[in-house]
Amino acid sequence: MAKREYSYYPGCSSQKGASSSNLMKSVDTMCQELDIQLNEIPDWNCCSASIGYASGSELPRLTLSARNIALSEEHNKNQEIVATCAACWLATKEAAERLKEDESMFAEANTALAEAGLKLQNTTPIKHMAEVIIEDIGLDEIKAGVKKPLEGIKIAGYVGCQTNRPFGIAGESFENPMYLDHLVDSLGADSIPTYEKKVQCCGGALAFSEPEKSQEMIKGIIEAAYDNEADMIATPCPLCQANVEIYQDQINEKYNTKFNIPVVYYSQLISVAYGRSASDAALDGQLIKAKKLEDIAGK
Amino acid sequence: MSEMNKAMIEQYRNSFLSEVEANVEEGEWVKMCMQCGVCSGSCPLGKHWAHPPQEIFMMIRAGKRDEVLTSDSMWMCTSCYNCIVRCPRQLPITHIMHGLATYAKKLGLTPKNQPTAKFAEIFWNNMMKKGRVNELKLGLSLYFKDGFGPGIKEALRNKDLGMKMMKAKRMAASEFFGGHGVKDVSGLQKMIKKAQELEDARMKKFD
Amino acid sequence: MSEVAEKKFAAYICTGCGIGDRLDTGELEQTASRDGRMNVVKMHEMLCNKEGVQMIRDDIANDGVTHAVIVGCSRRAKVEAFDITDIAMTRCNIREAVIWARPDTDENKKTTQEMANDYIRMSCGEIKQMNKPSPSGQQGRNPNVLVVGGGVTGMTAALEAAEAGYTVHLVEKTGALGGHVAQLHKRVPFKAAPVGTPNSPDANLPMPEDTGIADMISAVEGNDNIKVYLNSTITKTSGAPGRFSVDISTESGDTTTENIGSIVQATGFKLYDPENLPEFNYAGSPDIITNLEMEALANAAGDGPIKRPSDGKEVTSVLFVQDAGQNSSDEDRLPYDSGIGDLVSIKQALYFKHHNGDGCDTTICYNNLRTPGAPGEDFYRSGQKNGVIFTKSDVKEVTPGDSLTVKMHDKILDEDAEVKVDLVVLDLGMVPNSGPDPYAANEALEGMSDEERAEELEAQEAHAADENSIKVESILNLDYRQGTDLPHLKHGFTDSHFICFPYETRRTGIYAAGPVRRPMDIRQAMDDATGAAMKAIQEIENAAQGRAAHPRVGDLSYPSFRKEGCTQCKRCTVECPFGAIDEDEERYPQYNESRCRRCGTCMGACPVRVISFENYSVNTVGAQIKECDIPEEWDEKPRILVLACENDAYPALDQAAISGVEISPWARVVPVRCLGSTSLSWVTDALNNGYDGIIMMGCKRGDDYQCHFVRGSAMANERMAKVGDTLESLNLEPERVVVEEVAITDIDRAPQLIQDMADTIEKIGLSPFKF
Repeated sequence: MAKREYSYYPGCSSQKGASSSNLMKSVDTMCQELDIQLNEIPDWNCCSASIGYASGSELPRLTLSARNIALSEEHNKNQEIVATCAACWLATKEAAERLKEDESMFAEANTALAEAGLKLQNTTPIKHMAEVIIEDIGLDEIKAGVKKPLEGIKIAGYVGCQTNRPFGIAGESFENPMYLDHLVDSLGADSIPTYEKKVQCCGGALAFSEPEKSQEMIKGIIEAAYDNEADMIATPCPLCQANVEIYQDQINEKYNTKFNIPVVYYSQLISVAYGRSASDAALDGQLIKAKKLEDIAGK
Repeated sequence: MSEMNKAMIEQYRNSFLSEVEANVEEGEWVKMCMQCGVCSGSCPLGKHWAHPPQEIFMMIRAGKRDEVLTSDSMWMCTSCYNCIVRCPRQLPITHIMHGLATYAKKLGLTPKNQPTAKFAEIFWNNMMKKGRVNELKLGLSLYFKDGFGPGIKEALRNKDLGMKMMKAKRMAASEFFGGHGVKDVSGLQKMIKKAQELEDARMKKFD
Repeated sequence: MSEVAEKKFAAYICTGCGIGDRLDTGELEQTASRDGRMNVVKMHEMLCNKEGVQMIRDDIANDGVTHAVIVGCSRRAKVEAFDITDIAMTRCNIREAVIWARPDTDENKKTTQEMANDYIRMSCGEIKQMNKPSPSGQQGRNPNVLVVGGGVTGMTAALEAAEAGYTVHLVEKTGALGGHVAQLHKRVPFKAAPVGTPNSPDANLPMPEDTGIADMISAVEGNDNIKVYLNSTITKTSGAPGRFSVDISTESGDTTTENIGSIVQATGFKLYDPENLPEFNYAGSPDIITNLEMEALANAAGDGPIKRPSDGKEVTSVLFVQDAGQNSSDEDRLPYDSGIGDLVSIKQALYFKHHNGDGCDTTICYNNLRTPGAPGEDFYRSGQKNGVIFTKSDVKEVTPGDSLTVKMHDKILDEDAEVKVDLVVLDLGMVPNSGPDPYAANEALEGMSDEERAEELEAQEAHAADENSIKVESILNLDYRQGTDLPHLKHGFTDSHFICFPYETRRTGIYAAGPVRRPMDIRQAMDDATGAAMKAIQEIENAAQGRAAHPRVGDLSYPSFRKEGCTQCKRCTVECPFGAIDEDEERYPQYNESRCRRCGTCMGACPVRVISFENYSVNTVGAQIKECDIPEEWDEKPRILVLACENDAYPALDQAAISGVEISPWARVVPVRCLGSTSLSWVTDALNNGYDGIIMMGCKRGDDYQCHFVRGSAMANERMAKVGDTLESLNLEPERVVVEEVAITDIDRAPQLIQDMADTIEKIGLSPFKF
């Protein structure tokens, strides 16, 4: 397998002690197994996600992403940028496209970047880690490397919003993307291709500001997983993971439900299927333990 | 001219539409809406919007400036992009909603105590301090957004959650003191200030 | 005897497509020769191939075969291979109707063979009653096309026909060519934006363009094949396609008579009268104008801004009221929508953006925005891009004043609003310029009681007699038994079969094109005119050869009647859906071959059965009914006669068999040209012969008819209302005879109808008339 190298944009929540540190750790493990080298963009900044807009208007927000791309172009020359967080990827890719379409905006962004001594070329492709897995590597190769098939685990593939829209994975539909199900199958687990909430919104950032409205949607996502007899939910998105996992107690309290379903990352599935330990797969980072995965990892 | 007559004349005219085109992110798209309503039907929080996107677009064309800009509606956007991918006219609806929210905030027309508006502001300020988000402080400021009393209550309500996150090493108390950030904070802040100036200079004045 | 001796009957049995595997072909051969009494019976393993067809051709050429039955696939299959017109020929269907309609099992073998044998007997009976059809020779080739109306439709039709080498007489009522289009400032663009044009608000989108009418007028005037008659009308049209005689008269009364092959009527439309819409106050202010007046206003502006009529003030705001008086259920308003008014208003709103600047507010109050045609959506976007405000709203009232006040209800925001504007434009609907409907008087009587009928007739007569009453002027002044002009379809539009045959009317050789047929825009009218010109050319060539026009294209048979038996009852002249039959001085029917569509409705109408075609008559079908073997009662094998329309029901049954849907083994299906040709005697004979049930399958009738002959199916239904008396006199149950509407798509339903009849027979028992 040829070594693959990317310029890596981890994002705020994928830092040590942050809410998706388990994503970061399992992505590290996964990349070791898949012979991917991730070169972190030096001094990267927050993308402002899709909630910064109240105070940060258009050009300041685009400039934030432009800074990351410029840093990557300066330090990780000729490397495609890869993000693991849906919001980081979306904000960066969207900024790159908008600045390509609008010349005057591009000029202004560069004027602002000059204040920090940076210059944007804007020629770097921006990828999501899922694109690396599905498009650059391919599921055939992923499948070939499986050491411990995830047999007997039924997994609801929850793609969520921003990994899927407006860009998504090439060739997939916005309404019913299949790649996560195919990945689940490739790893030896059982997918639920008809999981009806696979692209349902979890509320995103509004889970903090509008908890009741968001938790009503999260409840639907979990309920549908149970209806399909899923053992766990798997997702590529850190905010989806957090929202669907950590509010289960509060939802149980409000709706008198008994939800207790693990929500894991695709990177954790790959890590375990490739024979790595529960700790390498960051399964200790789960609030709701993914028992069946732990069992396979412990074998 | 009486207020009422003035209102009559302003209706179904291009004045507010022109303002939106000039000053709102992607505002030049508003006139291209064909009023099919797919956006409204696609929004996950649709039922909570006083005026769903289709209606907001019509209100802009009908010249209802105050009603639009003081509305709670666009703050309901979760940025799920469902409307964008389904719009048959390919309007960047999510961005227009963000843009209207930004513009309303800039003009000071946002409804008081709009929770998402407050959270979004907290988020931005948190992020701008060190160039990266400090999740712990973000959470705490959110709990205390309505003052000390409700803040303690809200923090207690979420105490168990926080404890679990700490245990799973997905929240760190050390973040309260310092925490993550970029090295070139001042460069970043200067850059954003410049970007803001450039953008403000482009804004047209409307009353 | 000598005539009979000259006839030589042959049956050719194809054993291909599984026929040889499924059936005892020896028995088929025997049936044809012994029961069918064919002089020659030959079998071939693939009759439709070159060799098989050559075998038939050789027999015709060398052995004097004059009548042939081709036994094999349906008459709808292999039409080109078996295109044999020099002898009398019929097709016997044992593929679709028998082997494909029945399951291939041992237990069904016997009934399947019986079906095939029966169909052979029936076709052999039929062919004996048939003669080779030949044209009447009533008319020759006349290459002159008459076009009535000199607008964009008429001129396009004229140019198309002239380009194809035909001579055109173009008659225009006014003093100039150009019609409505000549009054327009610009036209809606013809072309959509190029493929790949983005959706963005700054995309390059189509804009209003020059009407092109001046070029078209000079092309017409410069064409040697086109003769233009201005200030002229048609004062008399007699004859038939290929031999019309048309009087063209000028205002001053000078008349020229021209021999014409076929006619295109392109008489266009007028705008609905805005005075009938009091809420919009058209009469109350010169600043409330029609969409046509708007064009004049734009023309008057020259290079400067458009000014309002009342005081010449530059217009700073304009509001368009869409669908004014259209789509209404109110009496005296239009029940339909022109469909093009939204495009027109977008175009006119863009006049203001061009002439009066972006600052001129233009609001279009629409209900359902319709922008048909390829460029429609792009033109809508063009309007939006240029800042035209679209609002889905009902305009309630327009009040005159220094500026006009428009009261409306915004349907998106669900609230009332009042807007002040300088100018209001009413989008008025298109009303066809049709002549008087020959059937209007009859239709008004439908469903009336006798008293009401008498009153209505009296009122009609009084209206006709009153010199001061307003009467619709005739356009064609046809000298036909059934009225002076083309029949209307709906809302006064001149149209015929709206699905299958656009441009057709119910008068053969006369084609309607443009907005007289249905509301349409310039682009559509030009396409329409081209289509009508092609139909007109086709009819000239068909008439020259005595061939039928659609749907029996190329048919050389035509109806004739036995004068000695005719009672001059006029049923045929009244019931012909195409007004093809006149009456001579002695009040006998006078057939006009080239006006006839060969449906046989006259044949079905004739109470004394004197009307027939060479190859289709009361006897050809009667023989098929008679030759079918009726099993003895104790065999418990019912027979169901299915008289199936050859246009819809028969192909539906074929398609059912092709798709593997089973058809009852008791069915014996006889194709008819139209259910309208059905003679009551067939029903009586079949019942007397011991058939247990009869199903007549015709097309949908009524307002949304699908009958290829417009009225045939309806006529049959009316006539069959009397079949109850026959059943009663025979002491038979009424459910043994049914009339059904069957569409070509009813591939499951048509076989089910037959099965339902089989079930009915099982319930009520077999017919007692089995001898």
